Amino acid sequence: MDRKRRTMDGSGIRQALSMMNERGSGEGAGYVAYGVYPDYRDCYALHVFFDNVRENKDVVDATLEQWGTIEHDEAIPTYDQPNLRAVHTPWRYFFKPDPSLAPASTSPEDDIVSALVMRVNTARRGALIFSSGKNVGVFKAGGWPEEVADFYRIEDYEGYTWLAHNRYPTNTPGWWGGAHPFNLLGWSVVHNGEITSYGTNRRYIESLGYTCTMYTDTEVVAYLIDLLVRRHGLDLDLAVRALAPPFWEEIDRMPEAEREWNRALRLTYAPAMMNGPFAIVAADADTMVGFTDRSKLRPMVVGECADRLYISSEEAAIRAMEPKVESITMPAAGEPVIGRVAP
Amino acid sequence: MAKQVAIDGKGVHYTPLNQQIRKAVADGADEIVISNILGQRFIGDGLRGNVTIQLYGVPGGDLAMFMSGPTIIVHGNAEHAPGNTMDAGKVVIHGNAGDAVAHSMRGGKVFVRGDIGYRGGIHMKQYEDHYPILVVGGTAQAYLGESLAGGLLLVLGLNGPVQAREIGSGIHGGEIIIRGDVDDACLATGATKVPLTEEDRMRIAPVIREFADDFGLDPEPLTGAKYTRIVPASARPFVGKYTWE
Amino acid sequence: MTIGSLPSRYRISIDPVRCMECERCIENCPYGVFRRDGDRILVNSRNCTACHRCIACCPRDAISLEEHPCDYRSHPIWTREAREAIYNQARTGRIILAGMGNALDYPVIFDRLVLDACQVTNPSLDPLREPIELRTHIGKKLAKLDLRRRENGDIELRTALTPNLRVETPIMIGHMSYGAISLNAQMAMARAAKETGTFMGTGEGGLHSALYPYQDRMIVQVASGRFGVNIDYLERGAAIEIKIGQGAKPGIGGHLPGEKVCEEVSRTRMIPLGSDAISPAPHHDIYSIEDLAQLVRALKEATEWKKPVFVKIAAVHNVAAIAAGIARSPADAVVIDGFRGGTGAAPRVFRDHVGIPIEAAVASVDKKLRDQGIRNEVSVIASGGIRGSADVAKTIALGADAVYIGTAALVAMGCRVCGNCYRGLCPWGIATQRPDLVQRLNPDAASEQVANLIRAWTLELAELLGAAGINSIESLRGNRDRLRGYMLDESLMQVLDVRQVGA
Repeated sequence: MDRKRRTMDGSGIRQALSMMNERGSGEGAGYVAYGVYPDYRDCYALHVFFDNVRENKDVVDATLEQWGTIEHDEAIPTYDQPNLRAVHTPWRYFFKPDPSLAPASTSPEDDIVSALVMRVNTARRGALIFSSGKNVGVFKAGGWPEEVADFYRIEDYEGYTWLAHNRYPTNTPGWWGGAHPFNLLGWSVVHNGEITSYGTNRRYIESLGYTCTMYTDTEVVAYLIDLLVRRHGLDLDLAVRALAPPFWEEIDRMPEAEREWNRALRLTYAPAMMNGPFAIVAADADTMVGFTDRSKLRPMVVGECADRLYISSEEAAIRAMEPKVESITMPAAGEPVIGRVAP
Repeated sequence: MAKQVAIDGKGVHYTPLNQQIRKAVADGADEIVISNILGQRFIGDGLRGNVTIQLYGVPGGDLAMFMSGPTIIVHGNAEHAPGNTMDAGKVVIHGNAGDAVAHSMRGGKVFVRGDIGYRGGIHMKQYEDHYPILVVGGTAQAYLGESLAGGLLLVLGLNGPVQAREIGSGIHGGEIIIRGDVDDACLATGATKVPLTEEDRMRIAPVIREFADDFGLDPEPLTGAKYTRIVPASARPFVGKYTWE
Repeated sequence: MTIGSLPSRYRISIDPVRCMECERCIENCPYGVFRRDGDRILVNSRNCTACHRCIACCPRDAISLEEHPCDYRSHPIWTREAREAIYNQARTGRIILAGMGNALDYPVIFDRLVLDACQVTNPSLDPLREPIELRTHIGKKLAKLDLRRRENGDIELRTALTPNLRVETPIMIGHMSYGAISLNAQMAMARAAKETGTFMGTGEGGLHSALYPYQDRMIVQVASGRFGVNIDYLERGAAIEIKIGQGAKPGIGGHLPGEKVCEEVSRTRMIPLGSDAISPAPHHDIYSIEDLAQLVRALKEATEWKKPVFVKIAAVHNVAAIAAGIARSPADAVVIDGFRGGTGAAPRVFRDHVGIPIEAAVASVDKKLRDQGIRNEVSVIASGGIRGSADVAKTIALGADAVYIGTAALVAMGCRVCGNCYRGLCPWGIATQRPDLVQRLNPDAASEQVANLIRAWTLELAELLGAAGINSIESLRGNRDRLRGYMLDESLMQVLDVRQVGA
């Protein structure tokens, strides 16, 4: 992340991610960049995987037109890679929802788009919306990080915050939808680990109107952050604290006022608490946050260099991108590292 | 000098209302006068002490529930179950009351000047010096004294003959005393009529006098009237129903 | 002779070589199986209940017991039980009462569910090295939290939590009333609850003054009979539970016969000595769901909104909708008692045939509450046939917050599940009020046994959680992904929302 919103092209993150190839299996990688669509900054950029454009696109077009205006749509430019089999056609829409169609909502545009994403993805009719925020785009596919980067020519995009992920799938190998980052509206998530509380988290989030469609645990993280930050209005650090709360032993030792709100947070969001090993980086247009599980079972390092904040599984990736990095630290378990861009 | 506290109950929810009552009691009030009561449930719920509360209006259900000591006088009708599971104290209602009046009451008195609904005095029970008394000035509806386990249920029929049917269904303790005759057909299985002895008459006379006094009635025609006394046919209504594996 | 005498259920025999005629068996058997005749001990097996007291007391292992020493002609439909019930009813024309829980041979769903453990993709946790949190809070929760950051950076909690019970392990002891069981038994369990940081229920028999030292660990019950219920009782309890129904006998009331209402029971229940204590089938101030909400509020109002209020229902067909209705009242927890729940006495036909298993009930209640988006706002306590820590883990994974144990706690005190509780002669001093029998149960020793049981299950639970890579109990709650069904049919797996083994 560049805190001054100075953009970086995708070549740097491509190089960083390629340092992490030992952690992957060549079956999924992806990138997300904030600030990529300045010309359509007021539109929701919907990235869609079509199984077959001719067969599946009409339904999506019709659904979107029913709820707003498609300002522009086109195939996302891709470039054949020898080892990457393009099982989907990536497409992008720049969409403006009609807020008058959700009069009861306090955030009608977000609610319409979020509902459309759930609807299209649940219908499973050869279309999967995998990116749905404003001025943000997810680029992902099955393959090694460099192949995916080159498939999209990631260096052609300019963003001030980038997330990237290299996958070693056990659950849904090869499925493009299962690659990270996961995105809903403004929030995108990359995740290393396995969430042992997934069954609890999924049922909780689904009971509040979300639908999990990607067959993978990371998806719930995006929805949980959306719930806690956007819908419940919690500060990001408090949202992270709800997801990876302190142990009761620590809470018991806190001064009374602090103990009370920590207890309230744990009780209220018990089903949102994430268990098992994880290191997660999430971002929206203004923020980037990294945090690990409260037992610190996955690695995470943080680098700083002037206005730039780096969060990675390994220092090598940071140094590959920023050889002159000024500080490298290792945050405590459950402790969020938050970066905010200047307004 | 008796300490009196006045509360305007208009539009006040029962929780703050009860908080005001508790505070007045804690501050040593002898009498609390609450005006403009309309539908607030649970007035005097779990209240202790020996304060007298005058209620003007129509309180909601479960008046004086779990109450232990105070007196509540209602200048109006009452809803369902006044005196529910009450332990001690007194509820005087200058009007009618709904169903299940004095439900499970263990001690204290509920006096209703007018009529009561169905299942009056249901499952009242007694224990040592706890002896619940429900007196109804008017009439009562069916299942009067259902599952009665103790105490006294007295119906005076001042507004005409008592209409209750299925009187004393499942009664296994206590007594139901009704002024005038009661048709056998109105008795439920398990209940039986017995003559009112002189001793019984002596026993209920003070209750009748207290009731008459509370409502400004002449007790004499009532103490000398004819009464039907209904008691359990057996203290063990379930004997004979079960066998062991 | 029309029906004649039926075969004896048990045969007791004494090995004359081993027996040293110490007469402990005679002293210990309240059913009169043994008597002395000269230099021999004679046996009347027909009186035997298989309570094992004699066997446990015999210093020489001289006594042996055989069940069903005399066979009927075997038949798959006309079982011994079916035939004997008919003989009984043909003679008496009465309803058959029986003790303990459901005795029909239904498949046990727990035994067809298996738990998960980690391999490779995430690390299993060793409770010795890593904290595994079992602390559970029973009570109303908020749907969302209003936390604001003040100018100075402090966090301000702007929505107050209502009182919750803090339980250190999700294992609580359910409601068994004084009267149904002895004071020593209640005392033992109360001490165990205090020692292990959990809670126990009073049952509907009031709170004996000897238990006042443990009252902050006791959940006081309000049942339809309202025995022992007054404002003092309500204020003593850590929480209040409204008992609507019981898994062993859904839809019917209760009845403590006058013989069991001794002086102390009479005082505690606040009913006359020797009188029958009859609990009506319904609460007569609850004829609908809004009336239930009203009783919940009445109890909260009486105790100035300081006490959590639970509502216990039997698991019946429509349990999920009923629980959802309860959840929408100010009630803090729904207690669901499955059809295997224990009892001192229940009509056999109810005990064996009415209600549904706790596993399915918990799963459907959890789902219904989730469908309505209110699952986390109310606690779910499950009971009825919880036999070990695996059952606890599975119940929680199916969606409960905590469990109540009943029979298991009695077994920890010596109960042999002989099922003769209703006779009031319990040789173990548990289900009896006879002073000489009650004093056989030493509350100190028995409380240690119950506490040991809870500790042991808690340890096992922590191990199971650790193996599943979960370090806090709330991440197991409703986590059906960590269960698999083994030899369960597909429609049942849909209700349980579990996949089958291998899937």
